[in-house]
Amino acid sequence: MDLMEKNVELVEVQKLEGHTDRVWNVAWNPVSSHAGGTSPVLASCSGDNTVRIWEQSSLSRSWTCKTVLEETHTRTVRSCAWSPSGKLLATASFDGTTAIWENFGSEFECISTLEGHENEVKSVSWNAAGSYLATCSRDKSVWIWEVLPGNEYDCASVLNGHTQDVKMVQWHPTTDVLFSCSYDNTIKVWWSEDDDGDYQCVQTLDESNNGHTSTVWAISFNAAGDKMVTCSDDLTLKIWETDIAKMHSGEGYVPWTHVCTLSGYHNRTIYSAHWSRDDIIASGAGDDAIRLFVDSKLDSVDGPSYNLLLTKEKAHEMDINSVQWSPGEENRLLASASDDGMVKIWELATKP
Amino acid sequence: MVSGLINENPIVYEKKERRVRAESSNTDELSAEPIDQLEIFDILFLLSLLYIGSFVSPEHFTHHIRDIKDPEHPYSLEELKVVTEDSVEVDDDKSYVRVTFTPTVEHCSMATIIGLCVRVKLLRSLPARYKIDIRVAPGTHATEDAVNKQLNDKERVAAALENPNLVEMVDECLLPSFE
Repeated sequence: MDLMEKNVELVEVQKLEGHTDRVWNVAWNPVSSHAGGTSPVLASCSGDNTVRIWEQSSLSRSWTCKTVLEETHTRTVRSCAWSPSGKLLATASFDGTTAIWENFGSEFECISTLEGHENEVKSVSWNAAGSYLATCSRDKSVWIWEVLPGNEYDCASVLNGHTQDVKMVQWHPTTDVLFSCSYDNTIKVWWSEDDDGDYQCVQTLDESNNGHTSTVWAISFNAAGDKMVTCSDDLTLKIWETDIAKMHSGEGYVPWTHVCTLSGYHNRTIYSAHWSRDDIIASGAGDDAIRLFVDSKLDSVDGPSYNLLLTKEKAHEMDINSVQWSPGEENRLLASASDDGMVKIWELATKP
Repeated sequence: MVSGLINENPIVYEKKERRVRAESSNTDELSAEPIDQLEIFDILFLLSLLYIGSFVSPEHFTHHIRDIKDPEHPYSLEELKVVTEDSVEVDDDKSYVRVTFTPTVEHCSMATIIGLCVRVKLLRSLPARYKIDIRVAPGTHATEDAVNKQLNDKERVAAALENPNLVEMVDECLLPSFE
């Protein structure tokens, strides 16, 4: 597919109704796809204190809610994340806990509850191997949990460094480097020099190194792991890069540097940004719009630049809180979640 | 516990003469009338009995719920000029409203609560399509940026509104006044 402006469009495939409050986050199960013989599965979590599991029928291609996970979290479920195997779902809640759910086909059972944060847990992320889990909270801390046999989760580190509410944690896709972003306008990078899991803050991306000037809401990496996009209340998206080959060589930590800033697109807080496997960046914001950006492939004097591929105005009736590309290679599906209580499935299609 | 009032003698202004709205010639009740500045102000005018200057701070409100029920300054936001008609900017076509409020004193610890009440009142009154910004008037509060940032972080507002004590306090502030 040739990604040229004006020849692609974002087509609404289906609107998933069911949540009775704002939907904060969506997560695609990484191993379910038509190619693998199973149907695509999506989890969504909401201010109605529940998590819904949606599945696409391989016959009718329509999406239905398979299960509602309720009566475990007593407050808003802010974030959800599938383990790399797709067998476990972690959910982070304003009730201060993170729940781990095991997927038994059609049934889900809460097998563990991680307690420790002083107040609202805002985000949860699995590392690539599924051996670590990270959580963050309004209590300003980031916790790393080690996954042990027998559904045991041990707190391996409590990372202090942010001066405010931590909004999101995200593990790097190919190394055990952890990233966190905060209401304190910074992105912090946490790394352990040895395998002993002694994580330290090795870099802070803030205003002094071309970082954001207001709350940073989300972080996403490209598949290769050498680029990162962040989005903020300052109405910009920022692209960062590192020398990932050097990082893999084990010579030590290799810092991230600012590549470019995408500004002048969204006119309200950008809550979500997600980098697809085929290098399309999606963003969702408080202006109810979804925007897609691609690398312009033009080497200018100013370095790499990213172009707006398309804007979907009024993608939802209210703020968009999360946009996530499907992991499947078969077609380009995007899921979005909004304050209007809806989850939408979109397909990036070529115009006829 | 601090026993004195933060602002013992707030200046109480006279209420502005209500502008009479032109009768609409359109009798079709289903037709959408644009929302204007006066209408937003009227919504906020219902915000009353905010006990400006009481010793309740947002951090400690949970311990002082009982004290709030004994109002020291039972004046409305309008009488204290915390919100005036001119402090409301509205654009119905763009579904946008901005309210700029003026705390009665520079260190008013109630600013966050007042702002939260204004936001909740508008959330409950305006159509969902509305985007709402709440701000402290420039130069009127010692921690203006911090108050503005918190009031416009919807995640923190959502979390605050799951706190039953805080909701009770906001609801109390939003009770109609008996004049």
